[in-house]
Amino acid sequence: MSTAVAVVLLLAVVVYAVFGGADFGAGFWDLTAGGPQRGERPRDVIEHSIGPVWEANHVWLIFIFVILWTSFPEAYASITLTLFVPLTIAALGIVLRGASFAFRKAVVDMRYRRAFGAAFAVSSVLVPYCMGAIAGGIASGRVPAGGQAGDPVQSWINPTSVLGGVLAVAAAAYLAAVYLVWDARRLDAEMAEYFRRRAVAAAAGVGVIGLVGIFVLAGDASYLFDGLTSRALPLVILSALCGLGALVLLVRNAPRGARLLAVIAVASVIVGWGVAQWPYLLPESLTFSAAAAPGGTQAAVLVVVLLAGAIVVPGFVLLFVLHQKGLLPEEGVEDRPAVERG
Amino acid sequence: MTATLSALTAIVFVNPVPWARAQMAFTLAFHIILVPLGVSWAFMTLIANYRGLRHQDRAALVLAQRWSKFMAVTFAVGAVTGTVLTFEFGLLWPRFMGQWGEAFGIPFAFEGLFFFTEAIFIAIYIFGWRRLKPWAHFWTGVPIVLAGIFGSISVVAANAWMNAPSGFVLDSDGRVIEVDPIQVIFNDSMPLQAAHMLIAAYLVGGFLVASVYATGMLRGRRDRYHYLGFVIAFSVGAVATPIQIGVGDLLARWVYSNQPVKFAAIELVPTTSSDVPETLLGHLNEDGTVSGGIPIPGLASWLSDPSTGRATVVQGLDTVPPDQRPTVRQTNIVHLCWDIMVGLGTLLFLLSVWYAVSWIFRRRMPRSKWFLRAAAVSGVLAVITMEAGWVVTEVGRQPWIVYGHMKVEDAVTANTGVWITFFAVVVLYALVGTTTILVLRGMSRRFRTAEDFIDHDTPYGPSQPEVPAGAEEAIG
Repeated sequence: MSTAVAVVLLLAVVVYAVFGGADFGAGFWDLTAGGPQRGERPRDVIEHSIGPVWEANHVWLIFIFVILWTSFPEAYASITLTLFVPLTIAALGIVLRGASFAFRKAVVDMRYRRAFGAAFAVSSVLVPYCMGAIAGGIASGRVPAGGQAGDPVQSWINPTSVLGGVLAVAAAAYLAAVYLVWDARRLDAEMAEYFRRRAVAAAAGVGVIGLVGIFVLAGDASYLFDGLTSRALPLVILSALCGLGALVLLVRNAPRGARLLAVIAVASVIVGWGVAQWPYLLPESLTFSAAAAPGGTQAAVLVVVLLAGAIVVPGFVLLFVLHQKGLLPEEGVEDRPAVERG
Repeated sequence: MTATLSALTAIVFVNPVPWARAQMAFTLAFHIILVPLGVSWAFMTLIANYRGLRHQDRAALVLAQRWSKFMAVTFAVGAVTGTVLTFEFGLLWPRFMGQWGEAFGIPFAFEGLFFFTEAIFIAIYIFGWRRLKPWAHFWTGVPIVLAGIFGSISVVAANAWMNAPSGFVLDSDGRVIEVDPIQVIFNDSMPLQAAHMLIAAYLVGGFLVASVYATGMLRGRRDRYHYLGFVIAFSVGAVATPIQIGVGDLLARWVYSNQPVKFAAIELVPTTSSDVPETLLGHLNEDGTVSGGIPIPGLASWLSDPSTGRATVVQGLDTVPPDQRPTVRQTNIVHLCWDIMVGLGTLLFLLSVWYAVSWIFRRRMPRSKWFLRAAAVSGVLAVITMEAGWVVTEVGRQPWIVYGHMKVEDAVTANTGVWITFFAVVVLYALVGTTTILVLRGMSRRFRTAEDFIDHDTPYGPSQPEVPAGAEEAIG
């Protein structure tokens, strides 16, 4: 049963990365969109693209936490004790990001919009970096078993963590750009080209980071590296092929196919991480089965997952379909947009 | 001198217990203000929305739409501050989560489910005003209300489990080896505690929203829009108040039977006795005597079990060793907060009676300026009442984090840097809190200047034909 819960956990990470990650990535493009005049149109697209969905996407993170602490409580204690600093930064960053995004939409004065926008954008980069660094710390075996604290600094400032952080930011930006190309076609067609160029650049960036990553992992996270180059190798290859395919489609301006391939590329590398780490939750010190909570708890978690399939997934699909059809246009906060935005 | 000072500083800053406790208390105290809005505001919005659609009431529709825009802000802040709590369970209390996560965590798995539903439908509802069909749009609001109800019940189930831990089997080392999820969720304390918090959410949400419109009316804005905003919200609060007092009474009796030490702290009972007075205010001294305050003879005994009246025996604090009961300071906090909760709750009840009497006998809300003044502060009072009640249950449980099983000091993180995160959190939350209020105020001002509802502002699209304003029921 612990295997089933582990699979659920991994799936939750994948879904969070693919949906929530892209919302963070949109913040990256918000950050780099330039001054208020130059950046207005891309920011508009970004706001309309993630506005209705980011909160729902964000809940996947809470799901990950809940599964972790109910099903693998001892590992959760180890992780939070060891990775106290990046987790705290991520938590504060999430507050700053969510609140600023909501505030920015609710005010009209340009000065405040800029301040909230800056807070939103900076924290959108900070949070995925921390998440990636946390993943790196876990994957490179720096979190000890037994509810013990590992090294409070080196556990997240180390080659694998830096790789994880940078890769998370880049992959999030990449996914976001690919989605934004698609969304921009509906909202502001000229912006599609704007984001397409950025998507191509981000794809190249992620590719380069991935290549560098091979060497980093070979030297710093041998268990993970061995896994990735053996049983998880098909997934790595799948990811690379899809990434290349998406790049080709982006260059040839076929955003719909590019979106699908980009999602598979990111998802398969995360699944690859899970497969490479198997059977360890904390590599080489704690396996999933050893960390697992009693059967009753696991059963309860699986029941919740089934209920989520029955209740949440249809709602989630409904939200996305309505959003994609343009039926959730705006909150309509701007009462006098043209005048006051000035 | 300097050496002692630096040693003292080192101890204060290194010991994570007070800092972790302060940070948890602070973030929860902040989050709990947003909870009522998340849970009950959607319900009030749907009342306005329903009225708007059913009776072609344009002011009600505009009200519903604006409320949903405010909700977008409070929900976002609530969502992220709630997320911080999920981080903090691990960051501040890793030993608690490591030992008890498999039991304590289960209600949160269900809460996640409901929170998810809430986040999805709140997005559809908030963003769907213009392009969805009116009644379809209305129905997308209903899951928000249900998810809010079941979500808050789930969270409180987890807290109730800390008061009445059950549904697990320990091995000889004290590790959880078996878990019965049903027993964990439906623990002994859960039904009453969940009811008490859920009703509190409606009570506080109602009074909080109503107080804004009462203030507006006092400033002379006596149009139908303000009237509806007040009546819908205040009615919700006024209906919730008497129910809340009944549930609170049952819960107090549950505490009397199941957490006698907490009850002794609430009622300020140092030694076991019968004919215990209900002491209003007053405090417990280090030597175990009670001084100050106004004792009402025998009332605490009588309330604890009316069937035995003043002869009811109330267990004293001294029945357990000092390290298993709240400290004198904590006891005084619990007792004071209890008095505040009951006192302010009674005031809110009287205000609700005033409102109800006026409706019953005059078929309208009270016209008195004093009523509106009282209503204008009812929101803040309701928040204080709720916070006080929450302090009673949390501080009254001390020194336990899991009643009878684990103490707070054994649950805390080993990280000595918690004092830094505490200050960071306080600064960030102060900023976010202030900004939330300013942003909400700014929105309301902007809505007001756009008083002659421009097309852009009309719900259900510009194509909607002009609906005549409803009958002029407004006061004044």
